[in-house]
Amino acid sequence: MAMTMHVDVVSAESEIFSGTAKMLFAPGVMGDLGILPLHTPLLTKIKPGEVRIVLPNDEEDFYYVSGGMLEIQPDVVTVLADTAVRAKDIDEAAAIEAKERAEKALAEQKGEVDYATAEVELARAVAQLRALEHLKKKLGGR
Amino acid sequence: MAVGKEIRTKVKSVQNTQKITRAMEMVAASKMRKAQDRMQASRPYADKIRKVIKHLAHAHPEYKHPYMQEREVKRVGFIVVSSDRGLCGGLNANLFRASVRALRGWDDKGVDIDVCAIGSKGTGYFKRLGTKVVAETSHLGDAPEIQDLIGTVKVMLDAYDEGKIDRLFVVYNRFVSTMAQDPQVEQLLPIEAEPDEHYTHHWDYIYEPEAKEVLSDLLTRYVESLVYQAVVENVACEQSARMVAMKAASDNAGDLIDELNLAYNKARQAAITQEISEIVSGAAAV
Repeated sequence: MAMTMHVDVVSAESEIFSGTAKMLFAPGVMGDLGILPLHTPLLTKIKPGEVRIVLPNDEEDFYYVSGGMLEIQPDVVTVLADTAVRAKDIDEAAAIEAKERAEKALAEQKGEVDYATAEVELARAVAQLRALEHLKKKLGGR
Repeated sequence: MAVGKEIRTKVKSVQNTQKITRAMEMVAASKMRKAQDRMQASRPYADKIRKVIKHLAHAHPEYKHPYMQEREVKRVGFIVVSSDRGLCGGLNANLFRASVRALRGWDDKGVDIDVCAIGSKGTGYFKRLGTKVVAETSHLGDAPEIQDLIGTVKVMLDAYDEGKIDRLFVVYNRFVSTMAQDPQVEQLLPIEAEPDEHYTHHWDYIYEPEAKEVLSDLLTRYVESLVYQAVVENVACEQSARMVAMKAASDNAGDLIDELNLAYNKARQAAITQEISEIVSGAAAV
């Protein structure tokens, strides 16, 4: 029997592939990688591209990944695929947006008003219920 | 009959409320199932990346990343994951109580606190509390995407990189079962790796390109995936808590309707009896 290794391909939102394989091809940032079992431990980033897995029955599976990380241990290969398209400036923009949202939320006073209206409504409902309670007692006493 | 009419109006209004709570219960039940599936789906990534981190902690990297180094604590960061909407029982209240307890612990030691709120309930709460909210994101919907969290997490990671915060925690509701949600405070940074006897000999990875770049990318993803996991679990908690709360509300409304109907029937009976006795006594007088 030919040597095999365990391969996991996962993204943050779901599991994509998990099983044994004879060989795996991945687009590393420094160049494409072809990995056989008993590879030396390696940790690398991968570029957007295709991950090809050769299954024990010589069939091949293809997955497109938009980048991510690849960890290689002699008997286990893990592909941590990204779901989001990552670039430094996009991340930066998202960070700034999150900060702005916080500032805006703090500046807004709407929350207080809502709270006040809710309180009035609640008071009214409680008063109604109390009135009904009295009514019930009066009728029950008969 | 003035008394009867008042009660009947109230019964109607309670019935309407019951209709709403029952509908919300059913909506929450169906959403809960999907949220649980999503929670399950996100687990493999978190497990795998945790395994890689564990390997890494036992390797002997030529470069020690700041995320893996303890340092003196002067300021801490908290990422608090709450829901966007209410009507989910004590879910958010319990969460905030747990976070306030943790915050106070640091406050007593004279450590400053930065909060990053995910979910609009958290933003509102910490605003009222007067805590410094440095980043905020909300309305992620029922199917949050990791893309929506990157920016928020980056604010905290940048603060850590710049030395503005020395520790980072995440507070969220852990999904135990449909009936039970458990508020959790977990440390994200620095990363604590549990010891493993399996790796006793010294070894290291080959890094491509260099260790620093690979590690900071990997660790960033690690933190993001943990926060994502927290958000997804919180959504599942929110839906199940809402389902339970709405079921209780529907049941209570049912009890209230029964009681009100009883009161109404009594009042009606009393009125009829009174009328009859009036007629009878009237007839007797003639």
